Formats: sequence, structure tokens, C-alpha cells
Amino acid sequence: MSDRATEMPTPPALPTPTTVPEAVSPTRQTWQMFYQNRAAMLGLCILLVIIITSIVGPLLYTVPPREMVWMPLTPPGQSEYLLGTDYLGRDLLAGLINGGRVTITIGFAAAVLTVLIGVTIGALAGFFGGWVDTTLMKVTEFFQVLPNLLFAMVVVMLFSPTLTNIAIAIGIVSWTATARLTRAEFLRIREMDYVKAERSIGAGNSRLIWRVILPNAAPPLIIVAALSIGSAILFEAGLSFLGLSDPNAMSWGRMVGDNRPYILDSVWGVTIPGLAIFLTVLAISLVGDGLNDAINPKLRQR
Amino acid sequence: MVKSAPVVKSVLRKIASILLLLLAVLVLNFVLIYAAPGDPVEALVGEMGGATPELIAELRATYGLDRPLWQQIGVYLGNVVQGNLGHSLYYDQPVTTLIASRIGPTLLLITTALFSAIIVGTILGVFSAQRRNSTLSHFVTVLSLAGFSAPVFWIGIMLILILSVSFPIFPISGMSSSDGTTSTLGYAMDVAHHLVLPALTLGLIYLAFYSRLARTSMIEVLEADYIRTARAKGLSRRSVVYKHALRNAILPIVTFAGLQFGQVISGAVLVETVFAWPGLGTLAFDSILRRDTPTLLGILFFSSLMVVVMNLLTDLLYRRIDPRIKTS
Repeated sequence: MSDRATEMPTPPALPTPTTVPEAVSPTRQTWQMFYQNRAAMLGLCILLVIIITSIVGPLLYTVPPREMVWMPLTPPGQSEYLLGTDYLGRDLLAGLINGGRVTITIGFAAAVLTVLIGVTIGALAGFFGGWVDTTLMKVTEFFQVLPNLLFAMVVVMLFSPTLTNIAIAIGIVSWTATARLTRAEFLRIREMDYVKAERSIGAGNSRLIWRVILPNAAPPLIIVAALSIGSAILFEAGLSFLGLSDPNAMSWGRMVGDNRPYILDSVWGVTIPGLAIFLTVLAISLVGDGLNDAINPKLRQR
Repeated sequence: MVKSAPVVKSVLRKIASILLLLLAVLVLNFVLIYAAPGDPVEALVGEMGGATPELIAELRATYGLDRPLWQQIGVYLGNVVQGNLGHSLYYDQPVTTLIASRIGPTLLLITTALFSAIIVGTILGVFSAQRRNSTLSHFVTVLSLAGFSAPVFWIGIMLILILSVSFPIFPISGMSSSDGTTSTLGYAMDVAHHLVLPALTLGLIYLAFYSRLARTSMIEVLEADYIRTARAKGLSRRSVVYKHALRNAILPIVTFAGLQFGQVISGAVLVETVFAWPGLGTLAFDSILRRDTPTLLGILFFSSLMVVVMNLLTDLLYRRIDPRIKTS
């Protein structure tokens, strides 16, 4: 895992070529390093299984997730409903499959929003500097001070808990780390010779920001983007555990929250959906760490 | 004495920026109340099931809702400055009174969890940084990965299932089970007994974070030139590690303790809900169920206040342990 880079004073050596070495593009090289990272590949496999299940699953397994289908509180393996039922007699497996869709969709949507806001603010601050930087960093500091979950709770409660509102609320409170990282990268890269060269041949600010600097700042941002999907899923789980979820949709956090008062009668009801959240975020973290090692073998980030 | 002048000045500047941040939180609260669908009175008093027209009219007057918007914000800020964060219709109490009655348990939970996590995390990190391929080092890696990935409320529920249900060592929920007749010491022991699981739950997440941070930071410091110098002049390994390296490695931990306080409060909301710990977190959870907006907004404001105060404290602490910062 990420320790590999730590242990070695020099970058990990590629296998010694016996014949003439083939030219390898940086992208290909990154992929090869990722491919050789067992933990990261395991994470990728788990993630693919979960994503495919939540896309195809509801089509194949058509038990309605929000209707009573069997005796309430039936333990797993004692009926045709494999994972048992909850306190309202709803099928846990159906909830898990349909809830995955909601959880993962919100996770992705919120992460996209997080990256969009964070990169825009960080890029503008780092590129222009001066008062733009000062102002934007004050705004960032403000959002860092705001207790993120409480603020999201207020927003979702005041503006009704629809899936869109939840994703927006998560995006609004999560972008600060991305903004800081983007800013730091822009501050570093804008002094590079190739940026100065572009400027000297008349490239405008927007070209410099989006076409010249951003692609070069991309590698660390990709890692942060990957990890922010995991954070967003955890955040959504927390909100829906507290009861702030779309009343018309199942989600894993909500399943844990719904079953919590029946913890003594339905151990499976609280354990299994939580395990699903844990596995999903774990898989994302493994992929993120793997990307980190593959993209910059010399740096260890976290 | 001569040196303290710039410190005082920068602390004053810090306090000014804190006041500005708090003002911004209030303005944001105000904007949210007015941007939200529905009558702002509802947002200010919560669910109005039992509200009489007279009460609504009175509230409109109190909050100046019949005046232009820019005057309303003035009225709102004026109320807050006088310690009036609104009135919870559900509890029929001022929000400030409600919050004051819940601060103690939350502070107890947060400080116990955070301090234990920082101390144990630093110890784990420092030891594992010195033996990078040891079992302990792998343990820290796995712990930090799991701590980042597991939902904190689920960890709490799993701990209850194991340590309160399967092996009934700790109570399932609440803060005390005594009826008030026991001695002070007995009461304290009882609270401590109830505190173990919630603090462990919240602490585990941050233990994961701080052990990883301490390890990374320690590894970096151990590779620095001044450590090589310290070794070269023949200091003992103990002295190098604990006197020279640790002092520098601890700096990012202090910084993050301040920065992360807002997230710790968020974690506390979830943990308190799981364990029915009678603090601000359960109050926030209850206020969602009851659509008690003024209480939730009050908690948001008060938590922001706690975060900035914590930031100020860590800033001062940082100045004490890192003498370099005084000159810059």
C-alpha cells in the first residue's frame, strides 16, 4: 500500500528489461503500477461489484424495498428473503440493492460538486493572487469553521430532504480541502517556465488557467476527487441515519437509522447496511491510495 | 516583555477575524431562514402547531418581519448580541437556556475522545515511525484505513452489540443510571462508566487519523538534517527521538486538532444520537424530528463559536511550542 514508497529511498525500479525496452507512456506506466498494487486492485474489484449490483440489481431483484413482504424481524436465512426483514417486514436485501443506488448516486454527485467548487475557488485564488486570493481564502476559512454536518443538517431541513438538496448540501460543506490543494498547486505551477512561455505568446488568463495549469495540476486533484466520493458517501450516510433522507428513497444510512431502535431484535438490520457503507468507502480508499502510489511514487500523501 | 507586543497584536487581529467569522455565520443563518420555503416565522419558532395568531403577530413584531429586509437583519443581529438566539416553541424555552443545559455533556465527550485519540495516536505514530515494517506499523496503516472508511454511527452500534449486549460490560445508552441519591464520587464513576463507549467510538475515528498523521510527520522529521546532526554529535537515541524529533513532529498534530474541531462536533452529533448521550448532538437530532429550527440554528451558531475558540487556543499553544513563529 502507500508504505511501499516510504520504505525505499529511491523510486521503485521497473523490472530490468532483457530486450530493448518498449516506450511506455506515463498513463500506461501509472496504470501498470496501479495494476501491480494488490490492495488497490481488490478495492477496484469490490467497487465494480457494488456499482454493477446497484445498477443492474433493482432490475433483476424486483422485490419492492419499501413494502411489507414478510413477517417483521425475520432473521436472515429463515425465509425466501435471504437477508431477513426489518421491523416493518421490509426485505433487507431489496433495501440494500436499491439503497446502494441512492447512496452511490448521491456520493458521486456530491463529489462532482465538491471538486467543481473546490477547483474553481482554488484555481482563481492561486492564479490571480492578491485581493482575489485573500477574499477567497477568507471564504474558505469560513466554511472550514462551520461545523459541516450541522450546517448540512440545517440546509437539508429548511429546504426539504430531496436527493438533489442533499447532494448540494454535502457539496457546499466539503470543498475546502480541494480548494486549498488546488490553490497550492496553482501557486507552484504558475511560476513555471512553460506557463511564462505561454503567457509571452499571448495566451489569455482563461487559457492559462484551464488549458495550461489545470492539466498539470491534475494528478493530486484526481486522488482528492476519488477520496471525496468516499467522504460524500459517509456524509450522506450520516445525514440519512439522522433521518434527513428522501422519504421516497431507500439509502443505507437510513436503513441503519430506521433499525436502530430495534437493535436488540434485529442485529442484522443495523449490521448489514452499515457493513455495505464500510465496504464501499473502504474500496474507494484503497483505490485512492493505489492511485496516489501510482501517480507519485515518491510522495506519500496521508 | 518587548517580544510580547507583536504576540498581543496578532492575537488581537485573530480575535477580530473570529468576530468577523461569527458575524458571517449569523448572516448566513439569517439568509437561510429567509431563503427557505415557507414563512420565516415558522423557521424562527419551529413547528407552529399550537401557535395562536396573537403569538405569531407578536413574533412578527419581535423580529421586525414587517420592516424591510435590511432592517430585519439588524433586528436579528441585535437579538443575538443580547443573547437571544430565538425561542423554541417545542420546549417553550429560550434557545440559549436549552443549549446551556446541554454543553457540559458534549464538552466532556469531545475532550475525552479527542485528548485520548491525540495522546494514544501520537504514541502509536512515534513507535511505528521508528520501525516501519513492524506489526505495529502495519496496524497503524490498517487502523487509519478502517477509521477513514467506517461510518462513526455504525462503529458505535457495533460496539454496543459487542460490549453492551453480547458481553454486558458497559451500559447501552444515557449518561448516568443513578437516581441522584448516590454520593458525588459514585455519580462520577457512573458517568465515567457510561462515557467509555461513546468516547471510544468518537475517539477511534480520530485515533485512526492522528496515528497516521503522527507517523508520517515523525518519519519526515527523522529524515531531517538537524536529526542527522543530533545523531552525529553522539546523542543517545532516546534523546534524539524524544527531545529533538518529537517536539517538531508534534506541530502538525496541534494544527490539525484546531482545524478538525468542527468535524469532531459533527462526529459528536452522530455518536450522541447512537448512545442517547444528553448533549448538543441529541438536542440537534431531536430538533430535526420536531422541526425545531431555532434550536438547530442556535446549535450551529454555538458550535461555530466553539470551533473558533478552539482554533484560537491551538494557535496560542502552537506559539508556545514553536518558538520560530514569534519572529515571523
